[in-house]
Amino acid sequence: MQDLPPDIWIAIRLTIELAATATVILLIVATPIAWWLSRSRARWKEAVAAIVALPLVLPPTVLGYYLLVLLGPSGPGGFVAGLWGARTLAFTFEGLVIGSVIYSMPFVVQPIRNAFDALGDRPLEVAATLRASPIRAFWTVAVPLARRGFLTGTVLGFAHTVGEFGIVLMIGGSIPGKTKVLSVAIYDYVETSQWHEASILAAGMVVFAFVVILSMMLIEKRVSRVGE
Amino acid sequence: MTFKELFRITLGVVTASLMGTSAFAAQTNVAVAANFTDAAKEIAAAFKKKTGHDTVLSFGSSGQLYTQITQDAPFQIMLSADEERPKKLISDGLGVADSQFTYAIGKLVLWSKDPNLVTGEATLTNGTFAKLSICNPVAAPYGAAAIETMKSLKLYDALQPKLVEGANITQAFQFVATGNAEIGFVALSQLRGNTGGSRWLVPQNLYKPIKQDAVLLKKGAGSGAAAALMVFLKGPEARAIIEKYGYAFDSNS
Amino acid sequence: MTESKMIEVAFRGTLGRFALDATFMVPATGVTALFGPSGCGKTTVLRCMAGLQRLSEGFCIISGDVWQDRTTFRPAYRRPIGYVFQEASLFPHLSVRRNLLFGAPRRRQISAATETHFNEVIDLLGLDGLLDRSPQNLSGGERQRVAVGRALLSEPKLLLMDEPLSALDRQTKDEILPFLERLHASLSLPVIYVSHDIAEVERLADNLVLMQAGRVVTAGRFSDVLSNPALPLALTKEAAVSLDAVVRSYDAKYGLATLEVDGGRFTAPMPSAPIGSRRRLTIAASAVSLTREPPRATTVLNILPATILSATPAGEHETVVLLGLGPGGSGSHLLARITQRSWDDLGLAEGMIVYAQVKGVALAPA
Repeated sequence: MQDLPPDIWIAIRLTIELAATATVILLIVATPIAWWLSRSRARWKEAVAAIVALPLVLPPTVLGYYLLVLLGPSGPGGFVAGLWGARTLAFTFEGLVIGSVIYSMPFVVQPIRNAFDALGDRPLEVAATLRASPIRAFWTVAVPLARRGFLTGTVLGFAHTVGEFGIVLMIGGSIPGKTKVLSVAIYDYVETSQWHEASILAAGMVVFAFVVILSMMLIEKRVSRVGE
Repeated sequence: MTFKELFRITLGVVTASLMGTSAFAAQTNVAVAANFTDAAKEIAAAFKKKTGHDTVLSFGSSGQLYTQITQDAPFQIMLSADEERPKKLISDGLGVADSQFTYAIGKLVLWSKDPNLVTGEATLTNGTFAKLSICNPVAAPYGAAAIETMKSLKLYDALQPKLVEGANITQAFQFVATGNAEIGFVALSQLRGNTGGSRWLVPQNLYKPIKQDAVLLKKGAGSGAAAALMVFLKGPEARAIIEKYGYAFDSNS
Repeated sequence: MTESKMIEVAFRGTLGRFALDATFMVPATGVTALFGPSGCGKTTVLRCMAGLQRLSEGFCIISGDVWQDRTTFRPAYRRPIGYVFQEASLFPHLSVRRNLLFGAPRRRQISAATETHFNEVIDLLGLDGLLDRSPQNLSGGERQRVAVGRALLSEPKLLLMDEPLSALDRQTKDEILPFLERLHASLSLPVIYVSHDIAEVERLADNLVLMQAGRVVTAGRFSDVLSNPALPLALTKEAAVSLDAVVRSYDAKYGLATLEVDGGRFTAPMPSAPIGSRRRLTIAASAVSLTREPPRATTVLNILPATILSATPAGEHETVVLLGLGPGGSGSHLLARITQRSWDDLGLAEGMIVYAQVKGVALAPA
């Protein structure tokens, strides 16, 4: 680790911040979407599901380009940025968060939706007959019973953002300390044929992802033993 | 070490799919720097018309292409965006000695979509913009040239906080084209056909000339088609195309 | 001044290919059995009463409280109901205790009254040892008892039970039925009990709503419906009457108790019988034979004078006779299934006073 320059640690910290922020936002945004997709009887609900899943099949370059337009002065991003006097949300940490949220959305929505689907109608009917309002039933019955889906979604969302490369490259602008995340740093090392550094970083990312996933699995096992 | 292995596996798959159909049509595989994409396509068409040989073009940043070549990619010629990498290939033993030559000289341009923004050197001095887009200097020489220009004008320190880097020259261009960066250093060849906005052709004395060199690779040593292409590139038809796309020529070649 | 204490229900609509048009009105006291063959729509009616399902037309008023009519629909969580599903459906992520308390009203202080109520329910259903277990580790019968307890602890005004014993085996059913009977005896909560099993219904029902093919055939007091010869129930081979009786005396030497019903007394073997306790008697129509004169020197213990109220042909050559006990046949009803030939030979007719010999009296276990 000594042969890594000091600013690599900035990139590492930035990457973790980005992944954590994006994951939290993803959970908040994906849960109502997953709930609606699971419970709704609207005929167009699978169309919505397909739109949510689009980032799975769109190449990052295409997605990145549309994000550039969306975040830029001619898009909603520019409008929002204008609120604090900036021209664009690209090249900002906030822009990266938005890009990561959009790109990792299907990885979080899908497992949560599946978990809600697996519930069936019965637990919620029972809750209703026990005076639980729909909101109380959601928090005290649906969410705990869908625990596994939330855990899977969290792990996938986090890991996907950490490893995500194409989008970040396209809208980040590689500004050290702000948008130069790990994947960009590795890309630079490869570009300059510094394979030794590149493989250290890549190996580090793999180990990190492995540790995160493993600890999530162990926590889940511990949690499911209580009360079950 | 892990990267090498990973690349080998990936390239094995890529190679298997590239080794396509007939072995009889004389064909040559060329690795082309991204900024030369459109010119290369037109040259390939002209080459086919003249000689009947097919050219398979692969595009990417010079760094990526160099890496692939060191990992045994089936390229026979490399059209790099710089002169260092072909030199390195020859010294690595992957390129044919004495086959290196400059096929084009890239021109750096300061460009903005806003027709009033760029007037010349003064634009950089005044600095009335929030973001200046350049290409990642290690990815393509245009990035290094941009930095060199700013340093020559003694404006680098002032402008550095405003810099945003695109991973390659195409991205650097996109940042400006989508308006996310008001202004940026791009390749003249990228502005072909684009008459809008405002531009300043950076004077050659401000940066080291971007010599884009070609090299024949060991894998292409016995190929008739490859040899023919190397010759074609120096000829008048190719030159006409290259100039059309906004490149210049060394006074020597 | 008494408020209308009735349960008024009407639901009409289609579910897929199934058409429902059910209307009935029963008293808001005691157990009302919703009885009929599988697929007749009884579960649908129950779910509509709970607000879990909504048909195109619905009307549900409980003791004057409008839960649903043409302009209003109170959602399920706003109806003061307790619902017991066929499969207990306990929350797997909560312990038994927390399942039980899930629907209990939140109060700032746990008053003595609340705790008493909790303990009463635990006792009533025998849940004491199960409180800290996880639903996964309970047997089917235990789970169902917890489900009933959970419904009760939500302090409902109406208890809805959807075939609560159907998913259990014979032995477990026999274990649980007494708990339900205790519930019936000790709580004044009205219950709607859906079942396709007449044996369960016989032990529990005060009122009966009979359904077939999505419609209500008849509704009324259980004993009336059961013995009504106009209904198919009375004409089946298993036809019987269920009478509520009070223990009046007990002969320990012979192990026999005397039970009084409206219009007469029965003697039945019982292991023990506290005087004044209430029991339900079931008397099968096939166990009743008739004589025109008081029989003498017979081993049958129960011989009661009764008035013939009506006679209805049944089966190939049989007749089902409806009898009324007490003066003028105004008391409890009995059914007697006799041969057509006997009816003709004895010259029996409506209005005649005869003697009913009851060979077997089935007592629901305490």
